[in-house]
Amino acid sequence: MTKPKDSLAVPPPRRRLSWNDPGTRSILYQILALLAVGGAAWFLIHNTLSNLSARNISTGFDFLSKEAGFAIGESLIEYSPANTYGRAITVGLLNTLRVALIGIVLATILGTLIGIARLSSNWLIRKISSIYVEVMRNVPLLLQLFFWYAILSETLPGPRQALHPLPGVFVSNRGIQMPAVHGEGLLWLAIGVLVAILLMIVMAKWARKNQEKTGQIFPMIRWSLVLLLVVPTGLWLFSGTSMTVDVPELKGFNFAGGMNLSPEFAALLIGLVIYTAAFIAEVVRSGIQAVNRGQWEAAEALGLKRGQILRLIVLPQALRVIIPPMTSQYLNITKNSSLAVAIGYPDIVSVINTTLNQTGQAIEGIMMIMAAYLTVSLSISVFMNWYNKRIALVER
Amino acid sequence: MKFLKLAVVGAVMLAANTVAQAGPTFDNVKKKGFVQCGTNTGLAGFSAPDSKGVWAGLDIDLCRAVAAVMFGDASKVKFTPLTAQQRFTALQSGEIDVLTRNTTQTMTRDTSLGLLGAGVNFYDSQGLMVRKDLNIKSAKELNGATICVQPGTTTELNLADWFRANKLTFKPVVIEKVDEVVRAYDSGRCDAYTTDKSGLASSRTTLKNPANNIILPEDLSKEPLGPQVRQGDEQWLNVVRWTLYAMLEAEEYGITQKNVEEMLKSTNPNIQRILGVTPGMGKNLGVSEKWAHDIIKQVGNYGESFERNIGPKTPLKLERGLNAQWTNGGLMYAWPIR
Repeated sequence: MTKPKDSLAVPPPRRRLSWNDPGTRSILYQILALLAVGGAAWFLIHNTLSNLSARNISTGFDFLSKEAGFAIGESLIEYSPANTYGRAITVGLLNTLRVALIGIVLATILGTLIGIARLSSNWLIRKISSIYVEVMRNVPLLLQLFFWYAILSETLPGPRQALHPLPGVFVSNRGIQMPAVHGEGLLWLAIGVLVAILLMIVMAKWARKNQEKTGQIFPMIRWSLVLLLVVPTGLWLFSGTSMTVDVPELKGFNFAGGMNLSPEFAALLIGLVIYTAAFIAEVVRSGIQAVNRGQWEAAEALGLKRGQILRLIVLPQALRVIIPPMTSQYLNITKNSSLAVAIGYPDIVSVINTTLNQTGQAIEGIMMIMAAYLTVSLSISVFMNWYNKRIALVER
Repeated sequence: MKFLKLAVVGAVMLAANTVAQAGPTFDNVKKKGFVQCGTNTGLAGFSAPDSKGVWAGLDIDLCRAVAAVMFGDASKVKFTPLTAQQRFTALQSGEIDVLTRNTTQTMTRDTSLGLLGAGVNFYDSQGLMVRKDLNIKSAKELNGATICVQPGTTTELNLADWFRANKLTFKPVVIEKVDEVVRAYDSGRCDAYTTDKSGLASSRTTLKNPANNIILPEDLSKEPLGPQVRQGDEQWLNVVRWTLYAMLEAEEYGITQKNVEEMLKSTNPNIQRILGVTPGMGKNLGVSEKWAHDIIKQVGNYGESFERNIGPKTPLKLERGLNAQWTNGGLMYAWPIR
């Protein structure tokens, strides 16, 4: 197939290698600008390096393989003071990711609920959620973190007088101790959960098709719960592997065994979630209110209940308006988690601060912090933008 | 074309500037007219503001003594409170002239941070503070304990090393600001608090029930605390070092704030050299001949500074111990001023 001859197309202009030709001039300017910027950058780096060596401050990243020498309060992977700085920084990064990801999930849930509550027809619910949003948005986050940390560490009793609400669960100012599960059986349980989720997706698709054909609504929730309970347990029993439960008990100063949720992590998580949920509530509310009033009226005319209208018709359309500001809030949670250094949670900023203090290499340390946050934030942005494109309605 | 010209001129100016800024701290301080000292954010007895907002402490006195040497006026100082994590970057970058912040002199700090230790104004060791009702008599019983510590300090490293060496384990709670970390210990979040024993004595005075806390006998490490300066300026290093030695020599020869004027008439050649009656020492240092006289008159000698800030009559109740003069069995042995 040949392209149709278009008589309106302008042939590309002939370039002359002369100062008078605008095209050549612009290319020349570009090259000069590039050289100037490159030159400035090279000069800055060279200046910094020569100043550092003149003052006998070590440079380079070899410190990453040196012994760290300091302990870290909590970590997701094995770590001892005999490990390297590199491993310590990895621990810090994992701690940041842990609080950021859990914070994002919880803040979204809480924020959505409060956003919907602000539009409730019940006067009391509406007022309470409004007060919540106004108060939490306007108090600085650092103060909120100090407040939650003070509550958790000063009002809870010491470990020897710990509260004992459930068997195996202890609540004290050292945190919440819970029984932990170990063993190969855990792996089979995890696989079982994944399989159950896949089956749930298949079942949901089949239920939708069935509803379109016969008009009968399939009780998804009941059957999803059944799947989630039966499939993992069945798989585990079938595999024949064992699991042990590690129950915490008071040994000397602290509890040994089981899982520990430290007050630093709890205070940071609670503070971040409550603060950001207030912002997310406003984003969700604006998204819902952006949906055409006509959609509500049409849905009511069809006889749908308020909950169904929200879930099936309004929220899917509101998502277009909600997703971009939501991305900002998720990035805020990630970056605000750096305030952990004020209450003693060992996140990446805290660990790298200690590292740069012990090694004296401030520039490399700060560069690493910036790179870490940039990577995490860009990943969240990319994912949210992809999701945004997927749910965007193409206007005709 | 214009942009290119500007860029080239800018680059040349920056290059010229680099040479000028690498100049000595001594000249910079003389030109400024005051000494900028890095201090603690609030460690009673060493560097803390009192109820009227006036800074006082052993380290503050040393800083004021340096100002007395440079300008003849101990009040020509400005203080920058720094946390343990900020202190070295502030000194490396030139934000402060000298760091008088109960800082341990170590090999790493001398060799890889671009800094130099300028003498020891307090010989200390690291210790642990616990509550009396835990009934602990020795640090070796602290297996599995939760211990409060500040980050970015030799304290943190020594704690990990000592526990490793004694095959014990512990859980750290790492908080940056000294008042916050003491509060965490006081509220029961930690079983023990660790820092230099002088810091423990100082923080104990701020606890809810000071008498209920004891400092365990073990010494986890050596902590020679003293001022730090940047490398590359020997004249400034000499000023700081010999200020400290002047305060120590003055105590050794019995020159006090009260009798310094009479001592000017002394016939002891050592005293004559210290107080500038025999000229020469001040000129070698690049300052006035009344340098040591001004220190003693306006700040006092080392013993007076110690008694005033951390001595047995103060809430810290510290004995001279290792910090006594060598003639009294301690480690304070100033180099002779001659």
